[in-house]
Amino acid sequence: MSIRRKRKIAWSYLFLAPQFVLLVAFTIYPILMSYVYSLYDWSGIGPLDDFVGLSNFRAVLEDSSFWNAFRNNMIYMFFLTVLSLPTTFVAALILNLKFLRGRTAYRTLLFLPVVTTAAIIGIVLKFIFGNDNALFNNVLISLGILKEPVGWLADPTKAMIVLIAVGVWKLFGMIMIYWLAGLQSLPSEVFDAAKMDGAGYLATVRYLTIPLLLPVATVILLLTALNGMHVFDMVTTLTGGGPYFATDMVDLYIYRYVFASGGFPQMGYASAAGIIFGLSIFALSVLLGGLVRVSGGKKARAEAGLGG
Amino acid sequence: MRLRKKARQPLLHLLLIPFCLVWSYPFVWMLFSSLKTNVEYVGAGLRLLPESFQWENYSRAWTVARFSDYFQNSVVITVSSVLIVLVVSALAGYSLGRGELPGKRWILLGMAALMFIPKGYTIIPVFQVIKHLGLLNTIPGVILAESSGAHVIFILLFMAFYRDLPKELEEAAEIDGAGFIRTFGQVMLPLSKPVLTTAGIMQFIFTWNSFFVPLVFTLNKPELRTLAVGMYSFAGENSVDYTGMAAGAAIALVPVVCVFVLFQRYFVDGIAGSVKG
Repeated sequence: MSIRRKRKIAWSYLFLAPQFVLLVAFTIYPILMSYVYSLYDWSGIGPLDDFVGLSNFRAVLEDSSFWNAFRNNMIYMFFLTVLSLPTTFVAALILNLKFLRGRTAYRTLLFLPVVTTAAIIGIVLKFIFGNDNALFNNVLISLGILKEPVGWLADPTKAMIVLIAVGVWKLFGMIMIYWLAGLQSLPSEVFDAAKMDGAGYLATVRYLTIPLLLPVATVILLLTALNGMHVFDMVTTLTGGGPYFATDMVDLYIYRYVFASGGFPQMGYASAAGIIFGLSIFALSVLLGGLVRVSGGKKARAEAGLGG
Repeated sequence: MRLRKKARQPLLHLLLIPFCLVWSYPFVWMLFSSLKTNVEYVGAGLRLLPESFQWENYSRAWTVARFSDYFQNSVVITVSSVLIVLVVSALAGYSLGRGELPGKRWILLGMAALMFIPKGYTIIPVFQVIKHLGLLNTIPGVILAESSGAHVIFILLFMAFYRDLPKELEEAAEIDGAGFIRTFGQVMLPLSKPVLTTAGIMQFIFTWNSFFVPLVFTLNKPELRTLAVGMYSFAGENSVDYTGMAAGAAIALVPVVCVFVLFQRYFVDGIAGSVKG
């Protein structure tokens, strides 16, 4: 091996070193320790010496508040996905029309919720939905849809509906961009041929665009669903998990055990809850990932949004 | 048929304009609310425009509610985190795309596996690491927590970019006597401006909007709060100063919206890149 090649190898590893150090300290070690902590009864201070085996896991699985948060998470994720995928697809089809003027301006406006701070949006929206004389009630009353103001965030079901609607609003632009990227990656020759054969627009969408987009669609489904699992920022500031834990989510549930449990954090218990949630997300991604493979999305870059 | 073709442009705008208005109305409403008096705000109903512009809402948020501190913290944390992430992922991407790495396949496989492994509640160990480094309750601690982890998308972007550059560039640099590091610093890095911009903008927006990490790392130190965390505590403490809060929200959101509007092509490319293979 030449000196030159040896030096190149040394430099290459050196270039990798900073990322490697960060990776070990802030990703690999934390993942390992999140499993270790879950086996102990530990307050976060003092030595890790009270080994309790799997009893933290048993306690989490027997806690009805955990399952309440888990169910809320699933409901939110389900409706977010079901509502946003078709609507964003239609929006992407429209914004992909070559003859349409002002496409960039529309895209920018629809993208504003995506790039703004979720925690702050939550507070602003709390003002819009929160009080009896808040904006949303005023609009509905003046349109004649409502006669009296409704406590949108005071009722369990309505609070969840608001949360889902806000989630769709926040993510809409991003999922639309996913679709647009998919649409623009389709081979244009096929569409030219369809046009020559006199196929109408809707028929082209139905028989060409949708089948061709299926692999991308499953990736988008996966990314959207995983996005629906992590809602800490928005939910914390918009509903705080209320009313009466009706919009509590697993993220918030765990947070309370670590950072807001009246001076006695239960790190082991929280870690166990985190692992159970992480494994559920993993199971979901494997399920949806299988769908990606079935629909032929070999190049699926699903990793981009994974993680617990 | 020709009429239908002519009609579709205005028809689509007739559909899109109201839709986009509704979509961006919360922002417009927030901006105008930040310029009303609190009395006016409460009784405003549907009236959007303030009677006269109350700029003192902004000075109240800036000084009394300490948004000047929060703003400064957000800027310092965001800019530092962008710089760290760019340096680290550009180096790693160059090494993977252009370097001589025996075992590169395993490194890439390991990175993919890390993304896929089910994780627990990793913020607790991250907290412990920062504590052991003696950085708990400091700005560098928050910066480190924000920049940590593997930015796999950025590394892959850099890797693909450097890999696809023509080989002649490197050979020319070598003939000029440049070593590995000079070739990178003087030839390759300046060429990768598009990727630097995309990764930089994405990391800027992520960090500026980040809430959970700064919340957890500033629980005992209110003076280290970022805008998002400061706004949350402001809303908790002063729940009747609506217009002051609207002004605070505007202070927090306007910078990130400006950055996005100026560089949106890069940001959108980055987002789209996570779907395309």
